[in-house]
Amino acid sequence: MIQHATDRRGSAFLREVIENTPGGQRILHCLQCGSCGGSCPNGADMQYTPRTVFAMINADEREKVLTSNTMWCCVSCYFCTTRCPQKIPITDVMYCLKRLAIRDGLAKDTDAPALAKTFTNLLDKYGRSFELGLASRFYLFNKPLAMLRMGPLGFSMFTRGRMSLVPKRIKNIGQLQAIIAKARQLGGRS
Amino acid sequence: MKYAYYPGCSLEVSSAAYDVSVRAVAELLMIELEELDDWNCCGATEYFSQDELTACSVIARNLALVEPRLDQLIAPCAACYLNLKKTDRLMAEDAAMGARVNECLAAGGLSYQPGRVRVRHLLDVIHDDVGESAVRDKVVRPLAGLRVAPYYGCQVVRPAAEADCSEYPMKMDALFTWLGAEVVHYPVKAHCCGGHMTQLSEPMAFELIRRLLQSAVEYEADLILCMCPMCQLNMDAYQSRVNGFFQTSFRVPVVFFTQVCGLALGLEPTRLGFGKEIVPAMPVLEARLGAAPAASSR
Amino acid sequence: MAERLGIYVCHCGSNIAGTVDVEEVARWAGTTIRDVVVSRDYKFMCSSLGQQMIEDDIGQQKLSRVVVAACSPHLHEKTFRRACANAELNPYLCQMVNLREHCSWVSTDKVAATAKAKALVYAAAERVKWQEPLEPMPVKVNPNTLVVGGGIAGIQATLELADAGYHVYLVERSPSIGGHMAQFDKTFPTLDCSACILTPKMSEVGQHENVTLLTYSELEEVSGSVGSFKVKIRKKARYVDEAACTGCGICTEKCPRRVIDHDFEAGLGYRKAIYTPFPQAVPRIPVIDVASCIWFDRGKCRACEKLCPTNAIALDQEDKIIELEVGNVILATGWQLFDSRKLPQFGYGRLPNVFTNMEFERLCNAAGPTSGKIVLRDGKTEPESVAILHCVGSRDVNHHEYCSAVCCMAALKFGHLVLEKTKAQVYSFYIDMRPNQKGYEEFYQRLLEEGMHFVRGKVAEVTDATRQPAERGKLIVQVEDTLLGRQRRIPVDMVVLMGAMEPQPDAKEFGLKCGISCSMAGWYTERHPKLDPVATMTDGIFIAGVCQGPKDIPASVVQGAAAAARVQGMIAKGTVMIEPIVASIDEKACSGCRICNNLCPFSAIEFDGEKKVSRVITALCKGCGTCVAACPAGVITGAHFNNRQILAEIGGALWDASPVLEDARAGADEPADEEAESALSAR
Repeated sequence: MIQHATDRRGSAFLREVIENTPGGQRILHCLQCGSCGGSCPNGADMQYTPRTVFAMINADEREKVLTSNTMWCCVSCYFCTTRCPQKIPITDVMYCLKRLAIRDGLAKDTDAPALAKTFTNLLDKYGRSFELGLASRFYLFNKPLAMLRMGPLGFSMFTRGRMSLVPKRIKNIGQLQAIIAKARQLGGRS
Repeated sequence: MKYAYYPGCSLEVSSAAYDVSVRAVAELLMIELEELDDWNCCGATEYFSQDELTACSVIARNLALVEPRLDQLIAPCAACYLNLKKTDRLMAEDAAMGARVNECLAAGGLSYQPGRVRVRHLLDVIHDDVGESAVRDKVVRPLAGLRVAPYYGCQVVRPAAEADCSEYPMKMDALFTWLGAEVVHYPVKAHCCGGHMTQLSEPMAFELIRRLLQSAVEYEADLILCMCPMCQLNMDAYQSRVNGFFQTSFRVPVVFFTQVCGLALGLEPTRLGFGKEIVPAMPVLEARLGAAPAASSR
Repeated sequence: MAERLGIYVCHCGSNIAGTVDVEEVARWAGTTIRDVVVSRDYKFMCSSLGQQMIEDDIGQQKLSRVVVAACSPHLHEKTFRRACANAELNPYLCQMVNLREHCSWVSTDKVAATAKAKALVYAAAERVKWQEPLEPMPVKVNPNTLVVGGGIAGIQATLELADAGYHVYLVERSPSIGGHMAQFDKTFPTLDCSACILTPKMSEVGQHENVTLLTYSELEEVSGSVGSFKVKIRKKARYVDEAACTGCGICTEKCPRRVIDHDFEAGLGYRKAIYTPFPQAVPRIPVIDVASCIWFDRGKCRACEKLCPTNAIALDQEDKIIELEVGNVILATGWQLFDSRKLPQFGYGRLPNVFTNMEFERLCNAAGPTSGKIVLRDGKTEPESVAILHCVGSRDVNHHEYCSAVCCMAALKFGHLVLEKTKAQVYSFYIDMRPNQKGYEEFYQRLLEEGMHFVRGKVAEVTDATRQPAERGKLIVQVEDTLLGRQRRIPVDMVVLMGAMEPQPDAKEFGLKCGISCSMAGWYTERHPKLDPVATMTDGIFIAGVCQGPKDIPASVVQGAAAAARVQGMIAKGTVMIEPIVASIDEKACSGCRICNNLCPFSAIEFDGEKKVSRVITALCKGCGTCVAACPAGVITGAHFNNRQILAEIGGALWDASPVLEDARAGADEPADEEAESALSAR
């Protein structure tokens, strides 16, 4: 298969990432120093290190980035953000990439979007998280066999009184739901 | 001093030991906690993966609920602490975003002026506001001979360096020195436990946890002190899974720093949630500190 | 008789013409402003053709006043004044209007900018009619020079001036001259021994008949202006009589009090309470450090005093204030090293075998604490692997945005020394390699040949947190090898941090003391970054060396020599012309209240006790106008800025304002009688 190296003009993806990340303008200052890739606890497991992702963003490689596993490996430890000599909000860029990947259905080989959705569905309904509900729904719909491995852990948590069997709902759930509805209507930065 | 208090969902049941010990220790140290009325879940990282405005608005509701006469809010859970602080900062630095969040809050009849509430963690409140001499005065049972590894995790010290140094924090080290314990060298003290990675990729998550446990063993700590429910869950509840995965045989108790702090201040283990941890802590505590008065190992 | 005005509106290429309709302004000026005889626009007024145009018009059109509407007077006031002078029109009868920095460069609205340009031109035109011919005043240039800072830049400047036959006072804060260069082992790219090339110059300075060396001294006060500065220097007490001391060193040898030397030895070695900083110190006269001396602490010991063969110890010595008069001042105050504890991820101060660049220099130096052996913090173990980290504190918006210019080369130098003195592997971890001067790229190639390893990646952390047994007992350098796109953990024994150069902690206040300012990064501001790097905005004050910005030794030497050349030029000329824009007091009208005396920021007003009047010392006056405004009787005039001129300028700016103001302006133009006229002119 013959590959042509011709680029398209400019990087629309760069603009998109800058616009959808708080403080994103700093991305233009990336020196490609590698502090982020060097700091990342999961750096060795990512398909592309965070620094590589910035190079790819600059080169307009939207699909490659959004189908990669890089942002799904991010644990939000903020080492990269703290150490970046150009004050690029790298962790926030990772969140932006997550949002874009989910929105455009490009998230590949990861259950993270499902975990996020399951969690927020419960939050929308009750205003509080509900671990048993989260775990059971998430595992049932995404990796049912893994549920078996979780059995012993669940049991030891339960016997020590660390697991609630019923969800708790906040009193003013209507207020929270109104706020969430408004946010959805206005459309957040994503 | 009076502070508003945001326990966070985990402190209700799964990390009740943290809530119980926080309240007990705060009371002894004259830190008055007023729980926010009808607070909601901060959403951890899950809303940020989907929609930034919704994430901030959900968090901001809690900031808006802080009574006008209180201007400081303590959040013991690292994720909650980070979310509350991050949202407050974002609203202050990005006026347009701040306005939109307030528009959403208005739909619920609320509003929040960014910068009004200062978000704190209990550790820096004890270290900075209560201070060394006040703490030392209250020590009833010095933790002599107890070797502790102070584990800070990430989100309290990063990205905001307000609570403690982002790279090599020392406030928990200092606190436990005041309490008479032997604080071991723990170079991974601010490295990540993996957060919710345990649900997504066990190999990656278990490796992060293994590094923390291994370091504690290398430096011969009796137990690990932590200050986040997620960290405690990962290092404690998943310890046997980690052992299974790596063929290791870790048996390191992981408890909340307020639990052990409470012991030093004279409280009984039952009042501090001991026994809720999966890898039991009482055996090593009793071995080092002697049996607690009228205490059981459950 | 009406004046004859020439108006010249410059396009400045498209700088002004791009926003201001310059042709329209010139046309309008010619038809609207009174007394305008010729009004032109031209592409580049500052060009020789532009200047020639003015000169020709003055001659042919018999112009008595000239207005040039162009860029900032900072740039071309002298140019146009000279053009007028060439055509025999007094240069102070020329007024510049800034249509660039004050108009076209601060607006994108062409209509508004053109309207503003018109108002500015009218204002200048009205003003210039009331301007008077003035003559600059010659001031003799004192041939003595003050050089502050005895590092390589200051030494070079001193020697150039002294060799030319002029006297130099060299003031240095520490007990010896030499600066940071005296601490280095070798210099890149030649690998010359630093002390070997520096000490001959230091000796020369110490022995030169035209140099007064004032070490362990601080510049405390500067007053006056170019050609005649008065400076006050505090010579701190050494507690040693310099005339009697022979530099034999017995006092230092016998002193019982040993402390860590944080300065010269970078904290790796010791010195005594009475000490000279290093063996080749100039002058070779020791100093007692009051903070560590037993006598000053608890009144005991005095061993040095007892043992000195020439009775040179003087424990009752006091600081001395020396007042000097010089014609020019050269600041060569150097730099300090970034504190690497501000970057805790590299472990400096916590992990023993992490060293700063300065500490490593001292290790390598044959006269250093380990006699030149590269060993770990325990003082004996040789490392098997060394990691050199670039950009520690530099190129980092959290600390210093700038690049420190020398660290890449110094890192290569360190690599060479490790390979030469040990059997260790050595790694450089860099973001970019910057060997950019003569011989530097070749030096990089040399190190590649010698087998130094290069990894392109800024180190994320240096840690003792091991993940596998193979890492135990080592320092782990965790980095992304960006050329591979992969994270690497490299176990080493020793880490060297290439810390940034930063300005001296008191650089800003010191600069203000001398009347100069600093950039945002803290380096002294030069007159023009490209074309005038050693002069400052204050005439007579020059800067040289790293205090102007990070640079290597050759560049510091060049700047030291350049500053000296500028000073020599001034001294050779003999006089410097002071602008006649000064205040003057009407002694007949002065009541002797003396309010102005203490208000003058330049101490340029004296009181004549006999006549009981105040008088301006013209040579010191900078024309700031404070006294003019403050005089309750209004008897002080600011030349070139008198009330008549200022009011006319305001009137001109409001040329298209309401008729009420028209009348007021007209009123200002026509005095009721001669007395009022003279009163008005005098104000």
